[in-house]
Formats: sequence, structure tokens, C-alpha cells
Amino acid sequence: MVRLGTLIAISLTLGTVVFARPAAADKITVSISCSSLGIEMELCRDGAQAWAKQTGNEVKLVSTPADANERLSLYQTLLAAKSDKIDIFQIDVVWPGILANYFLDLNQFAAPDKLDGYFQTLIVNNTVDGKLVAVPWFVDAGLLYYRKDLLDKYQLKVPETWADLEAAAKKVMAGESGIEGYVWQGRAYEGLTCNALEWIDSNGGGTLLDNSAQATFNNKQAAAALDRARGWIGTVSPQGVLSYDEESARGAFQSGKAVFMRNWPYAWALLNAADSPVRGEVGVAPLPAGDGEGAKHAGTLGGQSLAVSKFTAHPKEAVDLVLYLTGKEEEKRRAIKGSFNPSLKSVYDEPELKDDPFFSHFADILDGLAVRPAAAAGRKYNQFSSAFVHAVYATLSGQGDAASNLAKVKSSWK
Amino acid sequence: MTTLRTRRAVTAWTFLAPMLAVLALVAGWPLLRTILLSFTDAGLGDFSAAGFVGLGNYRDLVADPEWWRAVANTLGFTVISVTIETVLGLVVALTLDAHLPGRGVVRAAVLIPWAIPTVVSAKMWAWMLNDLTGVVNAVLLGLDLIAKPWAWLADPVLAPVSVIAVDVWKGTPFMALLSLAALQVLPREIYEAARVDGVHPVRVFFDVTLPLIRPALLVAVVFRSLDALRVFDVIFVLTGDNPATASMSVYARQQLIDFQQVGMGSAAATFLFLVIALFAAVVVTAGRIRVAGARA
Repeated sequence: MVRLGTLIAISLTLGTVVFARPAAADKITVSISCSSLGIEMELCRDGAQAWAKQTGNEVKLVSTPADANERLSLYQTLLAAKSDKIDIFQIDVVWPGILANYFLDLNQFAAPDKLDGYFQTLIVNNTVDGKLVAVPWFVDAGLLYYRKDLLDKYQLKVPETWADLEAAAKKVMAGESGIEGYVWQGRAYEGLTCNALEWIDSNGGGTLLDNSAQATFNNKQAAAALDRARGWIGTVSPQGVLSYDEESARGAFQSGKAVFMRNWPYAWALLNAADSPVRGEVGVAPLPAGDGEGAKHAGTLGGQSLAVSKFTAHPKEAVDLVLYLTGKEEEKRRAIKGSFNPSLKSVYDEPELKDDPFFSHFADILDGLAVRPAAAAGRKYNQFSSAFVHAVYATLSGQGDAASNLAKVKSSWK
Repeated sequence: MTTLRTRRAVTAWTFLAPMLAVLALVAGWPLLRTILLSFTDAGLGDFSAAGFVGLGNYRDLVADPEWWRAVANTLGFTVISVTIETVLGLVVALTLDAHLPGRGVVRAAVLIPWAIPTVVSAKMWAWMLNDLTGVVNAVLLGLDLIAKPWAWLADPVLAPVSVIAVDVWKGTPFMALLSLAALQVLPREIYEAARVDGVHPVRVFFDVTLPLIRPALLVAVVFRSLDALRVFDVIFVLTGDNPATASMSVYARQQLIDFQQVGMGSAAATFLFLVIALFAAVVVTAGRIRVAGARA
């Protein structure tokens, strides 16, 4: 084992950027950890600096590993050591259950009216044992990307159900050469959990675990959903999809080798970048619905929130900064500049976003989001997700049928 | 006489002390701590709350089919990749040992795969092996060798093959270099004598060259095997936690980091350590017996 403490101390020293102004005695320094992925750090820095200027305080940015799992273990080590080095943590949507004990209950620190207007799904996700552990910052959801030009050419409609999608994909594949139907995330990792949750939930098969962390996936509709996905491999989806993560799926879709893709909102800006071969030819829609009882559109909820450490020396200022960053103006700025989907409902009504097809579609999708059972499984969520994903992966790669593979997964994750 | 010997011993230990201290600090202590942690239910982040669970983690480990799959994957990976690397490395070394023009340039070029960091080369191969956008499928399709793209990293059969192929690509230069070093110190007279006697070159290789370089080759094989038994980076980058290819190290990392079960992960790491120690002991002993037998 490496001495984690030493490593953390070094990385914090190296990764810390202090916006030094002559330190006045009454100035308070709040430190915030932001993701360093893509444009995120820049947006976070600008937002935090604006708050510092407005309030006369200082802000310290701590950069953290881009890999989510590494970031989580860094957070856990810091928080377990009761460190006050970081006041505000940017956390993933599946972490509240794991980290809840280390964060302030924001219901007690923020005026109730300040917490109004966020999507209820997100607030519920971030509430653990009645404690609001983080304020939603931006929201992600699984989306269906499609090639407008190809659907037009073959006079196809945007698929409403998975059966529509299969039929449309087959029709285009029969007419075009060198193109695959549907690409998604099939590698055995968290991304496949998200995909499988969408298939199962859209087929009326539930959201994997109930509130007391007992398995709900041992039902016919869930098994049928997985068996249907198994049928895609080698027909509408390439076999290689079983090794795809988000970026490999985007690679295939963006280079024009697929008609449909399941991905997160981040792909939108990149698909429409100046050097993208499919620029202007891409549409976005809710993921298709299944069939049978309880079938609906379902996209897995993703996104990030801001939480305040309970070891902070300045809870008041830290909460104030969190509310500033998750406020209307700042979320609007981030939406326009980085296409981060606001967690505040009212931002979608702003004129700049209202006419943008991407954001207007997204607001509709948010009602049908499927939430991963992270709050119920708590610290055991990653273990559950891994066991579940192995059952899904075994089914997809043809080792046994869905019902028997799902039955092998442990049923209690309390 | 005695005082001189004592003084020499003292001097020797004085010189050795810093080295031993550093070893104890960077190798001994972490190993001991890992072993100690493997008997607890420590979670990532808060070691202080850990309780002693005796052999509980090892019982769970032995009962976990995923673990045994990882063990089988690792052993299969090690045996196959090291065998291919040894044979290929020897072929490359024999070629480089011949007096060809431009030998220096070729020797440097051969080393390139070994010089590239594994994470970088594995990522590079991951893109080349991509089923839709990768160059490997593009070439094979272009030559009409395959009818439709192969899923190199997804197919349960092809994925281990790809992982081994990438490791062979990287490991062969190492084997070639060590074999070449052994070849170049062989006395030339023996070969001249063999030529005078008219012995067939193939017989010369098996009766003269191979026995002479065997000790060096054995060291190279042990080095590579130890490396291969704790393989992590090439597998993790190419196929992630996929149980079809996961090695013991990949399993241990998943327990330690993803599942935050430091106790269980440490048990896996300790088991891995024992396997490697056992392997090293067996190979070295077997090698010694064979070498001794050949001499007798």
C-alpha cells in the first residue's frame, strides 16, 4: 500500500491554485474541488472568482483526478482524516449514499426558498435519511442520438420504441454499406449499468433495487429487456460494442459509422464541433420505450452536485458559494458556454435556452429519469453495480439467458 | 585475524545498512502492512475503524468464483505470453547476432516497444484494435481476409488473445535484449570447432548455443514471468474490469478502490504475493537442478 496521506498532501500542494490578493484579516478563504474534465475547471474557476469578487472573500481551487473512481477514493481518504483542506466537494450523482456522513445537512444551512426550483428527482437523489447532502449543479441523462440525414433518406421517423429502433437500423444498414445500426456502452463498467437500467426501466422492469436495497430485477420484463439487447449484438449493434465506453461509442457515431447512439449530453457539443464529420446531421431524442406493461421512455440520471464538508471552518461562506454556483445566473452561463444542463427548472425558460432544440428537448426528458439505486445501496453501491453488470455482460456475450444470470446476483444489498 | 574479520564484517554491515533501511521502508513495511490489513475489515478512507476478522477475507476470497477466474486468467496469460516472448525474443536475438549491415539501427528499433510506457502503448493498441475505426480491421477487411469487422477487445475468445498479443509486442524486445547479451559473450572458438567438424547449424544451436545461454535465458524468463504474474496496466487499459480477462491485480484493485474493501483487496494482494514467491522459488530451484544435472 502506498502511503495515501503523503500522496494526498503532495497532490494538494501541487494542484492548488490560490488566487492571491493581499490577504486582509477579515477575508475568508473557501476551497472548492472541481472536476478537471474538459472545460469544467475553467467554468468552475470563473464562477467561483465572480463570487469572490462579489463577496470580498477568497477562493481556492483544488484540482482532482479526472477519473471518477480515483476522485471518490481521494475524497474518502480526505474526509475520513477529517481534513478541512477542501470545503466544497463536487460529487457524482451516485455518491451521496457513500459520502453522506461527511457532509452538512444543507436543509439546515440554506434558506428553504433557496432550495426551491431544482428538479425533484435530483433533490430526492441527494437526500439521505432526510438530510440534503448536496445541491444539484448540472444534470445528465442518457439520450438517443440519431442521424437526421439517414432517417430522412429512408423516410424513417425517430424511433418511439426499441422495436422501431431495430427496424429503422436494419433498414438503413440494408441500404448503406459500412454502417452499424446502434452503438452504446457495453463494456463491463458503470456505463453498462446505466444502459441496462434504461432497457429494464423502459420495459417496465423497475429500477434494480427498492428503497431497502432488495433486488427488484428478477422479473420477466427485466429479463426480456436484457434478452432483447442480447439480440442486437451482431445484428444492429457491432459485437465490439461490448468493449465500448462513452468515447468509443462517440468515435463510431461521430465518424459516421452508426445510425443511432446512446450517450450523455456532453456528446452534443462535440458532435456539432467545427471538425465533426456529422456536424448538423445529428438529432437528439428520448431513448425508446419498451413494450408490455409499464413501458415508458427512460434515461438514466447522471450529473454532479456540490456538497459542503462538515469539517469546514466556514460553513456559512461555503454554503453561500454553493448556492451562488448553483444559482440561476451561473447555471445559465454554464449552459451556454459548456452545454451543461441546468439543474434549476426555471433556467430552461430563459430566452437563450428556450429556442435551442437541445435544451428544449432535454427539459421534457427530465421527468422520466431512471435513478440508479445508489442511495439505497449506500456504501455497497459499487459492489452491487459490479455484480449486476457482470450478469448483464454475461447475458450480452451469450453466456446464459438473462433470467438465470440475474437470478445469480445477490438479492440483498443492505 | 579475528579482529580483522570482525572489523570487515562491521564495515560491510555499515555499508549495507542504508540500503537495508531503504528496503525495509519501501518494500518491507508496505508488504507487512498489506498482510496485516488483509486480516481486517478495513474500508478505504477509515483504517482506524477496522476490526480484526482473522481469515475471514481469505475465506471470502477462496469462495469467490471471480477470484479463481482471475487466477486462471493470470496463469494462462503468464504461461502463454512468456513462452511466445521467449521463442520470438530468441529468434530476434539470433538474427541480430549475425553480422548484418545496419545492425545497430535495427537493434535500437527493436527496443522501441519496450521503451513506450505500457499505458500509452495499450491505449494506442486499443484504438488500433477498435472494431469500427481501428486500423487492424481496416487492413484485414481491405485484404479480404475477414468478411466483417472482428471485435478484438469484446469477444470473450478474442479479448484474451488481443491482450496477449499486445503484451508479446511489448515483451519480446526485453527477451531479445537479454538473449542477445548472452549470445554475444559466447566463445567463438566453439563455433569454429563445430564448423571444422561439419556439424549441422541446427544441431549447433541445440547442443551448443542453447545450453550455454540457458542460465541467462532462465533469468530473463523468471523476470518476465514475475512481471506477467502481477500484470495490470495492459489488461486494465484494453479491457477494464471485464471478467474474461481480469488478472489478479485487476481484481485486487477493484476490491481496494471500487469497492473500498481494503481488507479484502489486501487479502487478494497478499495471495498474489504468495503465488509470485512460490513461482519464483519453484523456477529457481528447478533451474538449479537442471543446470547441475547437465554438468554432472
